Amino acid sequence: MIEIADKDHQLLARLADGLPLVSRPYAEMGAELGLSEDDVIARLRHLVDSGIIRRFGLIVRHHELGYRANAMSVWDVPDDEVDALGADLAAYPFVTLCYRRRRQPPRWPYNLFAMVHGKERAHVLSQIAQLNEQLGLEHLRHHVLFSTKRYKQSAARFGDRGLAKAG
Amino acid sequence: MPAVQAITEQERALLNSYQRDFPLQARPYAAMADALGMDEDALLAMLRGLQERGILGRVGVTVRPNSAGASTLAALAVPPARLDAVADQVSALKSVNHNYAREHDFNLWFVLTAADDAGLDQALAEIASTTGLTPIKLPLDAEYHIDLGFTL
Repeated sequence: MIEIADKDHQLLARLADGLPLVSRPYAEMGAELGLSEDDVIARLRHLVDSGIIRRFGLIVRHHELGYRANAMSVWDVPDDEVDALGADLAAYPFVTLCYRRRRQPPRWPYNLFAMVHGKERAHVLSQIAQLNEQLGLEHLRHHVLFSTKRYKQSAARFGDRGLAKAG
Repeated sequence: MPAVQAITEQERALLNSYQRDFPLQARPYAAMADALGMDEDALLAMLRGLQERGILGRVGVTVRPNSAGASTLAALAVPPARLDAVADQVSALKSVNHNYAREHDFNLWFVLTAADDAGLDQALAEIASTTGLTPIKLPLDAEYHIDLGFTL
């Protein structure tokens, strides 16, 4: 884990509630945290440039726009092949997230995950079939888990140092 | 399930243009408004309208996993009759930020965040004791995709 400055941590915790929708949002956040507007901007720029902030922008709730076919596709890939395959999967424009996770045998044998979101289940299934066929994955143990209900979707709250607000 | 929301072409342009690289300047909304041929007040009103309709979650950040704290995906195999009740118990934890039902014996999937790995294990132990079900913990080993947002 990378250590980040307390003030940066406070900024990230504050951003979990959203950047204020006012003309000078960085000044407003700075006033809350005891930082100047310029300091807030500089700190955020550094967090973006250093890759700690992965993405800064509008967080869209796709479900509300009809993107309700949300598939988590999983494969059990030999350990020495998973990195190359993950890179191949991630290159497909319709794969929105792709990662390797630790297996939990025997209950959970899968180590490669790819998310595909769309409006129609049949379309998402055909996209996943395309992955299996083009990347030669048909021989692997594989499962597609569509989501059936969203119970909670909110910003991550890391909750240490007493900074995160109740949400 | 909430109805599917329609958006105007101008709203679509806004949502597609600023899911990343949000302006880091004193008046970011004015800069966005300029780029889209609007004025700042109209753009702020549009963002508020999108938020009220549930389409815009927030103007915010996604953080590289395990840089500002620890996180993991986890899942439970819940007897179907108990699914909604157990989901509510899991959602009630502040450390849970995403929680979805999925089609599998492991039918409840959630993301936990905490200050460190011990905090994750503590939350998972709490879930096990509250629900009587044993979660699987599936921490991230590698990421192959940079999150660039999603073109609408």
